[in-house]
Amino acid sequence: MSDNPIQLLTEAASGEAERLTVLHAALVDRASAESAVDVTYRLVDSPVGSLLLAATELGVVRVAFEIEDHDRVLESLGSSVGSRILRGGDRLDPLARELDDYFTGRRQGFDVPLDLRLARGFRLTVLRHLSEIPYGSTESYGEVAVASGSPRAVRAVGSACATNPLPIVVPCHRVLRSDGSLGGYLGGLQTKERLLALEHAA
Amino acid sequence: MKRPFEQAVTEHGAVVLRVCRAVLGPIEADDAWSETFLSALRAWPDLPDDANVRAWLVTIAHRKAVDVARAGARHAVPVAAVPDTTAPRVDQPEEALPDGDLWTAVAALPEKQRLCVAYHHVAGLPHPEVARIVGGTPAAARRAAADGIARLRSTYATDGRVSTHV
Repeated sequence: MSDNPIQLLTEAASGEAERLTVLHAALVDRASAESAVDVTYRLVDSPVGSLLLAATELGVVRVAFEIEDHDRVLESLGSSVGSRILRGGDRLDPLARELDDYFTGRRQGFDVPLDLRLARGFRLTVLRHLSEIPYGSTESYGEVAVASGSPRAVRAVGSACATNPLPIVVPCHRVLRSDGSLGGYLGGLQTKERLLALEHAA
Repeated sequence: MKRPFEQAVTEHGAVVLRVCRAVLGPIEADDAWSETFLSALRAWPDLPDDANVRAWLVTIAHRKAVDVARAGARHAVPVAAVPDTTAPRVDQPEEALPDGDLWTAVAALPEKQRLCVAYHHVAGLPHPEVARIVGGTPAAARRAAADGIARLRSTYATDGRVSTHV
């Protein structure tokens, strides 16, 4: 006797993947309209590798490099922001366009709304100052500490940069050691070099 | 559940769509799928981390399918002939599935058999789980699934597609 009916019932029907793509997109739209989503995200290609962009209703909440492991970043957003996370939607289209312009030298800053809920206290103060460092220039960790109101908190500035939830958009790559050497970077030192070179060349 | 909901859609979206098709037919399946995942998304944060996500989704899909079927019955207008639910709609040509015969045969099964075939064979849930969803005992669920498959073998196979396969 044939087992074919059973086998066929569990196989993908033709056109199923396309149908699911349509249904998924409709789900994201409906869920967003009903505010039933905590986070939507998309991936974009860039000269520094694939970037994960994630946003809440308030604004962009996370930008992550591939080296940070996008799956782990999403898991961690599930715990910190909320697990109703869906891929897609149009919330991140403006940032994707601005990043494209940034990497081609046509844009020096970002205008998208930000959700800074992943940074608190002194780290948040540091991030707010970082956004004031102009395109193409740099500051030392010590200078950032002074500007953030805690001149002795140089190491804390370092860890604020290392845990910046919005790299590139909040330009922690513009912070160097006082001797001019690179210091650290959550996206890897090559990425930091590349961003600084881009900004100096433009 | 702390895991991103997107994982549940990626891992179980296709199976839930097949279950909805088996239970409701291809046209109403889309609505049931959408209602299932929207409802699941809302409840996701409250689902325990060790829950069986597929069984949970199929349980929701079962309730949504009942709703969709009831709404269909409420809005039904008497017609001379029963419309062929597997006919492709012009605006959705991808529904012209080549294996539409099989889904027609599934749709023709008695309800209990159709549900047990859908939840056991299509969704892959064990019989006790199926019984929890459709009611009755696990043994009855097992028997209904077996009867359903036997019936599919006789109806669908004699259509000529697989009858020569031994």
